[in-house]
Amino acid sequence: MIKRGYYGNFGGAFLPEILVATFDELEGVYHEAKNDPLFWQDYEQLMSSYSCRPTPITDAQNLTRHFGGARIFIKREDLNHTGAHKANNVMGQGLLVKRMGKTRVIAETGAGQHGVATATMAARFGFDCTIYMGEVDVERQRPNVFWMEQLGATVVPVTDGTRILKDAINEAFRDWVTHMDSTHYVLGTACGPHPFPEMVSWFQSIVGKEARRQFLETEGRLPDRIFACVGGGSNAMGIFSGFFDDDVELVGVEAAGRGLDSGEHAARLCSGDASVGVAQGYKTYFLQDGDGQMRETHSIAAGLDYVGVSPILSDLKEKGRVRFEGATDREVVEALRLTMQKEGVIPALESAHAFARAFKEAPGMSPDDIILINQSGRGDKDIFTIADAFDDPKWKQFIIEKAKQYHA
Amino acid sequence: MLETYIRSRLAEKKILLMTHIVIGYPTLAASLEIVRTMVDAGVDLMELQIPFSEPIADGPVILRANQAALANGVTVDQCLNFGRRAARQFPIPFLYMTYYNILFKHGVDRFADDMQLAGLRGAIVPDLPPEEAADYLDAMASHDLSPIFIYSPTTADARMNSIARVADGFVYCVARKGVTGDQTAFSRQIGDYLARCRAATHLPLALGFGVQDRSDIKFLEGKADIAVIGTQALRLVEDQGVAALGDFIRDLRE
Repeated sequence: MIKRGYYGNFGGAFLPEILVATFDELEGVYHEAKNDPLFWQDYEQLMSSYSCRPTPITDAQNLTRHFGGARIFIKREDLNHTGAHKANNVMGQGLLVKRMGKTRVIAETGAGQHGVATATMAARFGFDCTIYMGEVDVERQRPNVFWMEQLGATVVPVTDGTRILKDAINEAFRDWVTHMDSTHYVLGTACGPHPFPEMVSWFQSIVGKEARRQFLETEGRLPDRIFACVGGGSNAMGIFSGFFDDDVELVGVEAAGRGLDSGEHAARLCSGDASVGVAQGYKTYFLQDGDGQMRETHSIAAGLDYVGVSPILSDLKEKGRVRFEGATDREVVEALRLTMQKEGVIPALESAHAFARAFKEAPGMSPDDIILINQSGRGDKDIFTIADAFDDPKWKQFIIEKAKQYHA
Repeated sequence: MLETYIRSRLAEKKILLMTHIVIGYPTLAASLEIVRTMVDAGVDLMELQIPFSEPIADGPVILRANQAALANGVTVDQCLNFGRRAARQFPIPFLYMTYYNILFKHGVDRFADDMQLAGLRGAIVPDLPPEEAADYLDAMASHDLSPIFIYSPTTADARMNSIARVADGFVYCVARKGVTGDQTAFSRQIGDYLARCRAATHLPLALGFGVQDRSDIKFLEGKADIAVIGTQALRLVEDQGVAALGDFIRDLRE
C-alpha cells in the first residue's frame, strides 16, 4: 500500500474504499494507453477528424499595435468542436472507456461546456450519459442544458450544498460509487484523485505540444510568456506542459471576482485566502474556513468558480515554475470587449481572464518579446452570460419581447 | 481497548448495535437528547459525525443533516466539546466519524490529543484509505485510539489482509456499493462477503449501509458482530421525533 499520484506535497487519492478497485482499473488502462504509441496516434487522428485539431495560432497584430509592447499571439482552443479545450480531455477519456468496455459515462459540469462536450462524446461513441449540474448553474446556463438534452444526455440538477460545480462533483461521485461496473466518471479538469490530474493533463498536453511546434515552424522561436486562465487548471496544464523544459515564463490567471480583498473571488493560488486541505479525493489549496469547511466562491465565469485547483499547479506554484495572478470581473469584461473590437475573436469569459492579465503586462514588455494567450474557449455561445456581463439594453429588450411571444 | 469491550459485550449479546448521529442536527441540544435516548435503549456503541461541507460517501439524508448542522453554525470545537460531554455522561464507547479534511485542518495529532482527552475511543474516516493514513495511524496509536478502517464488497482479499494489519477495534464492512441510506438486499451474497471479511481479520466485524429493521439484524446474527444503524434512525427522528427512537431501537433486537 503506497501513496500514489503526488506532485510535491499535493495530489494523492483520498478515496472511499468502495472506489479503490475502480481507480486501480482506471490507472491500469491509463498507463497501458500511455505506453502504447498507437493510442496517441488514434487520439490525434480522432481530434483532427472530429474536432478541429491542430487549432491555429492567431497573430494578434491589432492588439499588439494597441498596446505597443510585446507581440501578442492567441492559441485558438475555441475552434475545437463544442467550442473549448474540454473536447480534448473528453474524447481521450472516451477512448479509455471503450478500452475498459464500459457503456455509460457521467460527468459534472459548471458552465456546461464540459457537460456538452461529454454529451457529444457519448453520442459519438454510443454511451449512455448522465450529467450532474448544480441547480444554480442549470438556471443560468439553459442553452447548454438544452444542447446536452438534445444530444441524448440526462441532465440532473443538483439541489444540495451550494448547488454549483463542487456539489455536482460530489453527486457524480455518489453515482459512481453505485454504478462503477458499467460507468466511467469523465472528470472535466486536472483535479480529483489520482490518476485524474495526470491523465487529464496528458490529454490536454496536445495543446502545448502543438503550440510549441507551431511557434518553431512559423516564428523560429518560442514565446517569452504564456498566459492561461485557471479554474480547475486543465487548459493551463495543457498549454504549459509543452514548455516546462524551456525558458518560457508561465502565468496562470485566476478569477479575482469582485477583487482579491473582497472575499468574493475564486483565487486559490494568487490570494492569501486559500489553504492546503483534502477534499473531493485530493490534496491541494482550497478556499476553506479554519475548520476545513469549503467556502462559497465567486466569478463572473462559471468555469472558474471552483474551491480547489489542480494539485500539479499547486506544486508548480510552490516550486516557482508558474506565476499566478488574478483578473477581476470588471477587467475581464473590458478585455473581452477590446479583443472582439480589435481582433474579431470572441473569447469565453473564462479565457478572457488570461487576456486581461496579458494586456496588463504587454505594454511593459519589449517589441521583441512574444506573448502567447491560450484562448481556452469561445464566448459567442455564452451569449446570455456575456450579454448580462455587458448589461446590453437592446439584448434585454429582445428577451422581454421574446418572453411575451411565449406568453401569447 | 475497544476490541476488548466489544468481545465482553458479545459474551452477553448475539449482536451489538452501533448507531450514528450528526452532531448539531437538528441542534446541539437535540443531538444530546438523541444520544441519551439511544443509550437508554441499549445501544452498544455510537458514531458521532462531525459535519463536513463535502461528505462524498454519504447519501442524501445524512448529506442534508451535515448541511443543516453547518448552516446552524456548528463548529469543530463545538463538536469536540459535544464528544467530551457524551463520553463523560454515558457509559458506552463513542467514535468520531468525519472526513479527513476536518482532522487535517485541526492538525491530525492535535485531533487525536483532543479525542483522547475527551474520552473518545476511535474514529471512522471514510475518505482516508490506509495508503494516505501514515500520520493518522501514528497519532491514533500514540493516543491509544482505534482507527476504524473499511472493507467493501469490491475490496480484494489481498487488500483486506493489508487493511487488517493497520486496523484496530473493529472493521466496518460496507454492505454494498453506493452511499449511505439506500436499500440493501440481505441475501446469501452478503453472507459470503462477510465470510470473506471474517477470513481476512481477527477483529470484530461491523456491517453498515442499509440496515433498517429487526429482520436485517436477525439475518446478521452470527455473521457480523455489530450492526450499524445510520440513516434509518435519522429518518425516524425526522419523521416521528426523538420519542419514537427508543422503541425503534429496543425493538431491533427483541
